[in-house]
Amino acid sequence: MTEKHHTAHHGKKEAEADKEWEPKIVGFLCNWCSYAGADLCGVSRFQYPTNIRLVRVMCSTRVSPHIVLDVLEAGADGILVGGCHLNDCHYMTGNYHTEKRVNLMKRLLREAGIEEGRLRLEWVSASEGEKFSKVVTEFTEEIQKLGPSKVHTDDMVKAKVAAADDASETFRLKALVGKEFNLLSKGNAYGDTVDPEKLTGIIDVATEEEFERALILELARIRPMSVKQLGMVMEVPTDRVLRHIVLLRQNSMIAMEHPEGFTPLYKTIEIGGEQ
Amino acid sequence: MPENTSTEKEKPRIGVFICHCGSNIGGFVDVKAVTEYASTLPDVAYATDNLYTCAEDGLNNIKDSIKEHNLDRVVVSSCTPRTHAPLFQRTCEAAGVNKYMFTFVNIREHCSWVHMKEKEKATQKAKDLVRMGIARARFLEPQEETKVDVTPTALVVGGGVSGMTAALSLANMKFPVHLVEKDQELGGFVKNLHGLMMTTKSANETIKPLIDKVNAHKNITQHLNSHVASVEGFIGNYDVSIGGDGAEAKEVKVGTIIVATGAVPLVPEGLFGYKEHPNVITSTEFEELCNKKELPKLKSVAFIQCVGARGQTVSYCSRICCNVAIKSAMNIAENRDNMLGVTEEKAAETGEVVEEPTAEKKAEEEGSERRRRRRGRGRRDEDEGGEEAAAPSSGVEVTVFNRDVMAYGVEHELEFNKAREKRVKFIRYLPDNLPKVSVKDGKLEVGYFHETLKMERTMPVDLVILSTPLVAQPDAATLSQLLKVPLGQDGFFQEAHVKLRPVDFATDGVYVCGACRGPADITEAVSQAAAAASRAVIPLANGFVQAEALTSRIDEAKCSGCGTCVEACPYSALRKNEEGVTEVIAAACKGCGCCGATCPENAITMTHYTDQQLLAEAKAALEEV
Ligand SMILES: Cc1cc2nc3c(=O)[nH]c(=O)nc-3n(C[C@H](O)[C@H](O)[C@H](O)COP(=O)(O)OP(=O)(O)OC[C@H]3O[C@@H](n4cnc5c(N)ncnc54)[C@H](O)[C@@H]3O)c2cc1C
Ligand code: SF4
Ligand code: SF4
Ligand code: SF4
Repeated sequence: MTEKHHTAHHGKKEAEADKEWEPKIVGFLCNWCSYAGADLCGVSRFQYPTNIRLVRVMCSTRVSPHIVLDVLEAGADGILVGGCHLNDCHYMTGNYHTEKRVNLMKRLLREAGIEEGRLRLEWVSASEGEKFSKVVTEFTEEIQKLGPSKVHTDDMVKAKVAAADDASETFRLKALVGKEFNLLSKGNAYGDTVDPEKLTGIIDVATEEEFERALILELARIRPMSVKQLGMVMEVPTDRVLRHIVLLRQNSMIAMEHPEGFTPLYKTIEIGGEQ
Repeated sequence: MPENTSTEKEKPRIGVFICHCGSNIGGFVDVKAVTEYASTLPDVAYATDNLYTCAEDGLNNIKDSIKEHNLDRVVVSSCTPRTHAPLFQRTCEAAGVNKYMFTFVNIREHCSWVHMKEKEKATQKAKDLVRMGIARARFLEPQEETKVDVTPTALVVGGGVSGMTAALSLANMKFPVHLVEKDQELGGFVKNLHGLMMTTKSANETIKPLIDKVNAHKNITQHLNSHVASVEGFIGNYDVSIGGDGAEAKEVKVGTIIVATGAVPLVPEGLFGYKEHPNVITSTEFEELCNKKELPKLKSVAFIQCVGARGQTVSYCSRICCNVAIKSAMNIAENRDNMLGVTEEKAAETGEVVEEPTAEKKAEEEGSERRRRRRGRGRRDEDEGGEEAAAPSSGVEVTVFNRDVMAYGVEHELEFNKAREKRVKFIRYLPDNLPKVSVKDGKLEVGYFHETLKMERTMPVDLVILSTPLVAQPDAATLSQLLKVPLGQDGFFQEAHVKLRPVDFATDGVYVCGACRGPADITEAVSQAAAAASRAVIPLANGFVQAEALTSRIDEAKCSGCGTCVEACPYSALRKNEEGVTEVIAAACKGCGCCGATCPENAITMTHYTDQQLLAEAKAALEEV
């Protein structure tokens, strides 16, 4: 489960407003290609801006959507995911899954109102040292243009990113995206491959629904809210919100509280113990 | 000093070693400042800087500090883990710290060398990177590596030259080998061949000693007319079922597997009049006719190269067919072993000469070859009858229509030169203007565009030999699925790394050699086979395999048995047990993390790359200092 504590640096931000803003970028690189490419970049002394901080993983496929979304929620202005070129993955098909996962992350960022450009997927081989420096330079410039992530200043955006993070962890989205590559390349248990457009459509719908539900839970965790209020803040028609609420109540994820007059309010049920 | 109470024991005691790497880091990052900063961070029991951490001094410093400061985890901040992690891990282990309690921070390749003109910012970044490493180190856990016993027996699939060579190598190293061949006899494709390049021995004479040795070897069990029916298990412990024609399947246990199933020549369906005219044949059919001594009467022969290759039916160059054509062209030109079947009576009838090269003639030929060699390739594209060229001894005109001749390496180049001396013509064609085979007045002819004269010409011929590429075995996909090893784009088996691991598969325990990996001649197939055997024997000789602890772990209580991870794992390292819960085969798992990122129930933890560790490291980058 994702951490819900908001990091302390949030409030400090304004005090530092006069200090020139420097983007904070986190890169997740696979050990075999892109990390090695970054090494070669260093060996060849290709220079790039100092903003990026790199985290090594064995394969880009390890980078679960919720890790990226959680780091964005914590205030990163940009995230780079680096892997081997397709068909060059040290783990054969790992990066095909990465591609699908990054697609999901982008879908969720769209839902959350975070610029898609803040997340970049790049294939960099062990021999592409110069490419690595170009990628980082370009990406840093792009983030510079986008400015600080709205997560720092807009609580609604922050709640939405938290919701996107939670949505990425739902069974439905994980199972769909986990199977996406195999469904498209090898087919289902009966060997039928799936129409890519149809599958994309299914994942799009699932993403939107799961995101909205996660956002309801996120908002109703902060304070109890009515369907109408939820609809307004979320900019989602009330009948849609109501449908989500019914489902969430069936799954005992949300409770009705303090009915004031005729307007019931809903509050997220915190699952105790588990973090 | 206070006693180590239990709570104190639980608190991490991190040692941080920051390297100057001479001036490689020290010249661009204020290492002292980074070290001072590191020593202020929570859980850091000791922080120091070294001129060269990887030198004797530096390593001793790590060992001594572990003891002196009672460190339970170590962060080295220097170059790259890709080259130096094993060294520092060994140092930690030598001082009693588990190697998984070590974290590497890269402040050279990823910092000092790429930010050489901004010392202040580079120093700030180095501080951040060190803080990130420390954040990760807090969540490290000691791990034990699993050791799995290995069944000291090998399986070789395919009984051609490469399979036989691999089997013999293993058998000679005293390991039992099961050799599975789908045909009724050993020998592979070579048994169809007539003569071989670079040798005067026939194909059968050449491979007979190999077959005899395999037949005689007590460590080799042959399974002819057989195929691999099923494979279960992982490196060291495969259960293989070998199916025979109608026979009951045999179950064998093996530790490693070599794939040597060879390739087949492309059948040039619909190309260059193949099947339309009986005298348009493939180079394979030509070898068979030579063996049966059934060649038609020849005055003029044309080879057409790259039939179906290099962008036609298949995309690649088959490597061997140019040399095969040179070999056959030479054999025809020299009427080797009287392959043209010119009997003395017949010769008298037709006035043809059956020529045995005399000693002087041979010497003369060698002399001219040396001259030729000195002169280099000369006019290689267009070589219609050199001034000094000797007429072919057989009197048969031989023409090789080619796109360019792939006579790679010293020996093949010499053969190529020899062929031209024998007046074998090499005429070049361009892929957008292919030679045309047609029949005029019952006579076969080849029409082509002469690139130098820039005009269409025709040449009457008695036989057209089509050089077609070797293509993958039609059933390669079945075997690839059974063994869970990949095929490349062209259907050949795909090695783990084209340069560094040419005979390994990415999956440990399975190896590849010979023409099933891509077109290869016998010399290459044999070298690959010896290489594959020497790779496959390592686990057998060790008797065990030790798996890094970087595997996935499944929380049985959370797993719903949905199977998403099983499908996603590229190494078949996951399987469902009887209880319907998925479990990890540690020896087969490579720790890629695909299953971990996939599991919808969050039941999977990636050892040493847990969510907690990754998030701690990444989020530490965002802290303001
Ligand atoms: C026309 C022609 C001429 C050539 N001339 C020369 C030459 O002069 N000199 C030279 O060096 N090379 C020559 N070659 C190349 C030579 O044939 C190959 O280098 C050689 O055959 C490669 O040996 P191999 O063992 O890898 O494969 P193969 O010889 O193809 O042997 C593979 C074996 O595996 C068996 N098999 C296949 N699939 C399975 C399965 N699923 N289960 C069990 N068994 C299986 C096959 O039956 C076969 O016996 C020529 C090739 C051609 C096409
Ligand atoms: S004929 Fe020569 S050039 Fe053409 S595919 Fe074969 S080896 Fe390559
Ligand atoms: S994906 Fe997760 S829940 Fe599904 S079988 Fe694998 S471990 Fe179990
Ligand atoms: S970590 Fe990779 S290799 Fe290991 S079980 Fe998971 S998917 Fe398979």
